[in-house]
Amino acid sequence: MIHIRPDNFQLPEALSTDAARVDDLYMFVYWFSVIFTVAITGTMLYFVWRYRRRPGHTAEPVTHNTTLEVAWTVIPIFFVMALFHLGFKEYAHEALAAENSIEIGVRGQQWSWTFTYPNGKQDASEVTIPINRPVKFVISSQDVLHSFYVPGARLKKDAVPGMYSSIAFTPNTIGDMQIFCAEYCGKDHSGMLAKIHVVAEKDYEDFLKKGDRMDGEPLDAYGARLYKKNACYTCHTIDGSKGNGPTWKGMYGKPVTLQTGETITADDNYVHESILKPQAKIVQGFTNVQMPPFTLNDEQISGIIAYMKTLK
Amino acid sequence: MGAATTTHVPTASHDTPDPNENYLTVTKGVWSWLATLDHKRIGVMYLVLVTAAFLLGGIFALLVRLELFTRGETIMGAETYNRMFTLHGVVMVFLFIIPSIPAALGNIILPIQLGAKDVAFPRLNLMSLYIYAFGACFAVYSMLTGAVDTGWTFYTPYSTTTHSAVIPMIMGAFIMGFSSILTGVNFLATVHKMRAPGLTWTRLPLFIWGLYATSIIQILATPVLAITLLLLTCERAFGIGIFDPKLGGDPVLFQHFFWFYSHPAVYIMIVPGMAVINEILSTFSHRAIYGYMFVAMSSIALAVLGFLVWGHHLFVSGMSEYAMMVFSALTFLVAIPSGVKVFSWVATLYKGSIRLASPMLYALAFIFQFTIGGLTGVFLGMLAIDVHLHDTYFVVAHFHYVMVGGTVFAFVGGLQYWWPKFTGKLYNELVAKIGFWFAFVGFNVTFGIQFVLGSRGMPRRYYDYLPQFEKFHQISTVGSWFIGTGFLIVGINLMYSLFKGKKSPRNPWNSAALEWQTPTPPPLANFTKVPVITRGPYDYHLATEAELAED
Repeated sequence: MIHIRPDNFQLPEALSTDAARVDDLYMFVYWFSVIFTVAITGTMLYFVWRYRRRPGHTAEPVTHNTTLEVAWTVIPIFFVMALFHLGFKEYAHEALAAENSIEIGVRGQQWSWTFTYPNGKQDASEVTIPINRPVKFVISSQDVLHSFYVPGARLKKDAVPGMYSSIAFTPNTIGDMQIFCAEYCGKDHSGMLAKIHVVAEKDYEDFLKKGDRMDGEPLDAYGARLYKKNACYTCHTIDGSKGNGPTWKGMYGKPVTLQTGETITADDNYVHESILKPQAKIVQGFTNVQMPPFTLNDEQISGIIAYMKTLK
Repeated sequence: MGAATTTHVPTASHDTPDPNENYLTVTKGVWSWLATLDHKRIGVMYLVLVTAAFLLGGIFALLVRLELFTRGETIMGAETYNRMFTLHGVVMVFLFIIPSIPAALGNIILPIQLGAKDVAFPRLNLMSLYIYAFGACFAVYSMLTGAVDTGWTFYTPYSTTTHSAVIPMIMGAFIMGFSSILTGVNFLATVHKMRAPGLTWTRLPLFIWGLYATSIIQILATPVLAITLLLLTCERAFGIGIFDPKLGGDPVLFQHFFWFYSHPAVYIMIVPGMAVINEILSTFSHRAIYGYMFVAMSSIALAVLGFLVWGHHLFVSGMSEYAMMVFSALTFLVAIPSGVKVFSWVATLYKGSIRLASPMLYALAFIFQFTIGGLTGVFLGMLAIDVHLHDTYFVVAHFHYVMVGGTVFAFVGGLQYWWPKFTGKLYNELVAKIGFWFAFVGFNVTFGIQFVLGSRGMPRRYYDYLPQFEKFHQISTVGSWFIGTGFLIVGINLMYSLFKGKKSPRNPWNSAALEWQTPTPPPLANFTKVPVITRGPYDYHLATEAELAED
């Protein structure tokens, strides 16, 4: 394999151990294509100029040459089979997850990603993993098709409802990796983003042990952060405008009418229940959209409630 | 014409066989068009409809690009945007590109190139047109009642659960499929049974070989689409679980079914384009297409191989690794017949006498753009690279290089090449060239930059995007304005020629091909007397001076 370093114009930063090899392959095919295109187009333009119609020039009848034609049919077969082999070999290498890999669950739903760590801890829209350890993401979907795409690792795999799929890679750079949803999934498909935080092994261990509230963070600020992180904003606005679900502005502590016609107060218990069991009490006029349950712990729900109290 | 073939042509439709009248003037009135059995008039009506679809699909495309000019909302919300890109795809694929070359240009030119009076089944031909129009009505009805937001691929379970007007649109595609099948049947029968005396298989124009291969795909693949769309309708309308796992179905099964049609359909779209290029290259080089039999057989090879590679659309859908290996290897084989064509086209120019008329510019642009479209397919065929590029703008750019840089350029080139033949008018050549350069530059700017956008990780079908992609999107959008301007110039130029254009001589391009040896525009029965074929369509060294003369 010829090693030509990517100039970083065509490809994003390579952040996993295998990404650079995919890049080498990409650049190899790129230069192969450039040479081929220039040769074809150059020959074409040369002929167009050389044999341009002009007085005293007539076309000569050249019909075919079987040797040449067989050559340009057979020789490319070897080229393309070699390319197939390179592509498959690298893919097979990537497809095998290392045995000591950390398994992290990825659940796609319209329109956010939820991650589950080996110890059961959950995270939405961001996931923290240690550097230089193979990580296997086990991907599934709550509703429609999604695709878990990590450009920094040059990997993606569809999240298919009713089935598990996976990708595995070893991050080799401390910092963030972008996650996209690459399979069209409806209205906010382009907002279904997430981040992978690659941290040192020790920071990962610490992270797994503690909750996600930062030291000294006020409860309402924590709630505001959870609002963003769990992508609550895709359905619940905070400015009173209409969304897929009821706006949070001025909701807390006020009476709300349910679809059953019953009127209740949106208090702590109501908010608690609505996050864990969204279908239990649906506000009138919002029966079209099925909110998925969010597994937040009590501290997180308290944060959300504190945040809602600030939205008067 | 030989006795064997005349019996297949109903003479009832050709009621006024006055040899001095051409097919446009022989009968008058709206009804004489709507109820015509003449393949040329049916072709012209197809042309009007597919051009209208192209205009509509083009407007959707320009709106999509305009929305992407800036981040966030530029001119429309996310839900409208999702409908726009879906409609762009549906209209361009089902209403424009599939019928464009075969049903419009093919209908007009195929029987003339065969030296026949008409297609084998003229009534079936008219019926195909009306089925197409009927299907198009469903599509328009869907657009007026909420449209679709599923993408043209209708992937389940989103398509069975979304609140948009999916069923009318699916019915439209379902119905138009029959039009496609019937046109295929008609063309196959015509090629087999209606060739003029002396027109052997090895003397067939390569346009005919291309349409022949296309017809085979249309007949074999389209029924699978019909079944798939019916199953989807059953699930959506009656809750019968086929694809939705909540009902016990399998969403990946839909993708297999869908691409079992839609990959061969890629060849329904590109093989006719390649076929047109042969005619243009030969005429403007005054040379036989190099390696005629290899080029003819490469169309058949594409038709066959096209059925074996659908799985490469599912490389990240969780298909088994062994299936992926087989589909990847087979995908590479498609490069072989495609390569044969490109090499042969370039060799055709060798020792030719090349005239750079506007149709020839489109043919040369086709070779350049198809080469890029084909080679970027190599990236996507390689499993390790595809996993990165799948569902990104790289794929969008790749198939637009084939579908627009290939088929649309061939369609516009072919339209200009045969325009004098079926309208009897010459368009302004300088204006045509200006239109070409706008479209050519615009196309390569719009989609060239999308390769970079995709390889840098920008997913497709995105309403909004991260800041690092903005400048690439802006370049692409500016390019789209040039494409729009180019094709607008082409359209106005052609329309203007209908009213003010000079009368075309019989053979304005000094071509040796059969369709230019009959009066322009042709009489109702195409030829004043049955042609007897003594040479191939590209044998310039055998053509007489009178044949190559303009009049």
